[in-house]
Formats: sequence, C-alpha cells, structure tokens
Amino acid sequence: MNTKSLVSIVDFSKDDILRLIGTAECFERNPNRGLLEGKVCATLFFEPSTRTRLSFETAINRLGGRIIGFSDAATTSSSKGETLKDTIMMVSNYADLIIMRHYLEGAARYASEVTDIPIINAGDGANQHPSQTMLDIYSIYKTQGRLDNLQITVVGDLKYGRTVHSLIVGMSHFNPTFHFVAPEELKIPELYKHFCETNGIRYHEHTEFSEEVINLSDILYMTRVQRERFTDLIEYEKVKNVYVLRNNMLSHSKDNLKILHPLPRINEIANDVDNNPKAYYIEQARNGVFARQAIICDALGIEVVSG
Amino acid sequence: MMVRNKELQVAALKNGTAIDHIPSEYLFKVVSLLGIEHLSTRVTIGYNLDSKKMGTKGIIKIADKFFEEDEINRISLIAPSVNLNIIKDFEVIEKKQVNLPDELYGLVKCNNPKCITNNEPMQTRFHVIDKDNVTLRCHYCEMKIKKEEIELL
Repeated sequence: MNTKSLVSIVDFSKDDILRLIGTAECFERNPNRGLLEGKVCATLFFEPSTRTRLSFETAINRLGGRIIGFSDAATTSSSKGETLKDTIMMVSNYADLIIMRHYLEGAARYASEVTDIPIINAGDGANQHPSQTMLDIYSIYKTQGRLDNLQITVVGDLKYGRTVHSLIVGMSHFNPTFHFVAPEELKIPELYKHFCETNGIRYHEHTEFSEEVINLSDILYMTRVQRERFTDLIEYEKVKNVYVLRNNMLSHSKDNLKILHPLPRINEIANDVDNNPKAYYIEQARNGVFARQAIICDALGIEVVSG
Repeated sequence: MMVRNKELQVAALKNGTAIDHIPSEYLFKVVSLLGIEHLSTRVTIGYNLDSKKMGTKGIIKIADKFFEEDEINRISLIAPSVNLNIIKDFEVIEKKQVNLPDELYGLVKCNNPKCITNNEPMQTRFHVIDKDNVTLRCHYCEMKIKKEEIELL
C-alpha cells in the first residue's frame, strides 16, 4: 500500500486541494519544465478514453517524461485473462508512476495496494475520476478568484454523473451552496444529500431548469442527460430538451457566472452559448493539463518551484 | 453465576467458551465463520433450543478454546446479541458481548457486480460506517451497503 497514490477525491484534504491549485497555477504560467526528465510514466487504459489519455500524456510530455502504455485493453494480456494484480506488478517493474483507467469500480484502489509505485486513477467505472474533479475545482478557482461561499448549480444527470458526485465532495471544504437541477429519474441520490447534511452544506433541489436558478449562480455545471440511463424512454423524450442551456437564458445572470461542462457535450449546451464570454468549458479542458501536471508531481514527490 | 437448579439443555462445560443466544437460523453460519469444524477439541452444538427471549436459539459450547476479539467479532454482523461465556472449572468467569469491528475482511460480498472484488481473485474489505444501523462501505468501489442488503461470503 502506498500513500502517494491518488485514487479518490476523498483522499484529498482541503490543504491538499489548495496546494495542488497553487502548483497548477505554476504550470499554467510555465507549462514546459523538465521535472520528469529520466522518468517513465505508464498510461494503462483498460477502457478507451481519448480525451483523458491525451490530457495526461500532454502533461507528461510537457514535463519531459517518457510514456509507455496502452489505450485499449483489447490489445493487452488482460484480454487473455491476466489478473489486474499481475498486470500492475509487471508494469511496476518498468515505470515510476502508473496512470490507469479501468472499467471496474475499485480497480485503482486495489492497484495501489499491490504496488509501491504511485497510482493515479484516471477513472474507475462509475466510481471516481479525481483528476477531473481537480481540474473542475481549479477552473472554479480561476474564474471566481476564490473557492469559498459560492453558489454552484449542477444540471442534468445527477444520479449517475460521477463528476457531479466528486465535485460535491471536493467543494465540501469551501462552504458552497448547491442547486441540484435534474429530472425526477436522475435526481441526486440520497447518499449525497446525506453527505451534504452531515457536512453542513446547503442544497436546494429543482426539477425545473429556470432562469431564476441561473440568475443566482456563480457556477453553472452542465452534464449530459444520457438516453441509456432511462428505463422509460417516453420519460427521456419528455426531458431530453428540458435541461438544455440556451444563450437567451443567460441575459440576467451574474457577471461572474461561468458555465462548466466535463465534456463531451451533445445538445445540453446550445451552440449559441459558445460565443458568450461566460462559456468556459473549452478552457476548462485546457486547465486539465495543468491540474494533471500538478497531480503527477505531487504523486512523485517532486517539488515545483514557482515562476 | 450459572443457574444450577435448572435443567441444562446442553451438557455443562468444564473449561472453554459457551456462545449463547445465537439466532437458530444463523447457527451453522456462526459455526462456519468461527471455523469450528476445524477444531479438534470437544464441541457441543445445540440447535432449535427453547429460549424465552428469542423463541428458539442456538448454543455452541467449545472445550478449551478461548477466542481472540477479532475472531469472535466476525459473527457480530449476523448475531449481534450473542453472549459469550468464558468458563473455567464450570464457573462463568467472564461474560462478553460481540462488537462490530471497524473493518470487515473477507466476510461480506460486495453487491456491486462491477466492483473489482467480484472480478479479481482477492479478499473483500468493508468499512463499517454506521455501527448502530450496520451500514458498510466497500473499501474498493465505495458503494454503501445497508444491513438488509448484506450478503455473506
């Protein structure tokens, strides 16, 4: 078991999050640094995720590290029935760090227990995706200049959306007020409401995506309502166009409002929003590289000097 | 002190441990959880005995065996009201209750089919996050399991 791994956002304290934000800022000022010179990083993607893999690999390349790995388990020995443990122990012989994406929940936690080299979880099934949460929090910090006391509205699939669940946990250190906007079938699970209650976090639930809720928000975090999540397709047809953000809904929103989305989006943010200066989802993805540079250096115990 | 003027439903024990008030339906599960079938000392098992409190109950008397805390706590999930009597020279010298431990290893199955523990040859591990209501959280996939959903391995 090693302690430098990043498996779940719950592994991060408030201080950890603030420290990583500071490091991400350093990388944003100067992303190209030879801090991983002579290091080999493994990117093991047991399930394809081009966006996340490219972001991590860009982070490693900008730090001067070398990459080994695979982007699809179909080409590896795990498709022949090798256990995860064996794959991780084998790769541990070669690499200084493992970044892994897996379709099974808990895979990264288990991996961190069978090797001494740090594991960074790049998504384990529907469970955790902590580097996404870090880039979301970094984006919130950058656009608002602070993390404390914000009104955060999350819209769409709040039942299955792991980015939403992790965001609630990650932001829980900073006294937020959440507005959960979702159709009945996809509303926020009891578990997370309970989490908010026990941590003294205010929240409000809405089934209507109204201008009223937009107008009081500092952050509007949109997510995709996926067809395959519905047991009743008539229900899906009813709601699929309801949780869509259009530019005319933003006319009375706060000046500091920023719109975030973990991407990819389908239709939940209309194209006419893209040119609104409050749209932030593309820059948000760019922040992912800096956040991941910070996470990688943190896991390897590499000190990043400002400048 | 043991009540001596009552007819014992199971023969008295000279030295060892008597586990009383086991719900009948869990008696054999308790036997297996404690690995009693692997013992070589004398064991008396009473099944479907009369109980004022429980209707019927099970009793296990094990000669010359004194359990460690973590051994005995394994049964707390299915039989939380069990009494343990430690017996020396036919006298109860200590009474113990079982306590639900903070963590459970290899005891409970994770209900999430996509959990790594259901797909790798490995031990399960749960954190007991609410002892009063018996709520567990899988150490790996982080899914919570309520008491009524618990499935033992």
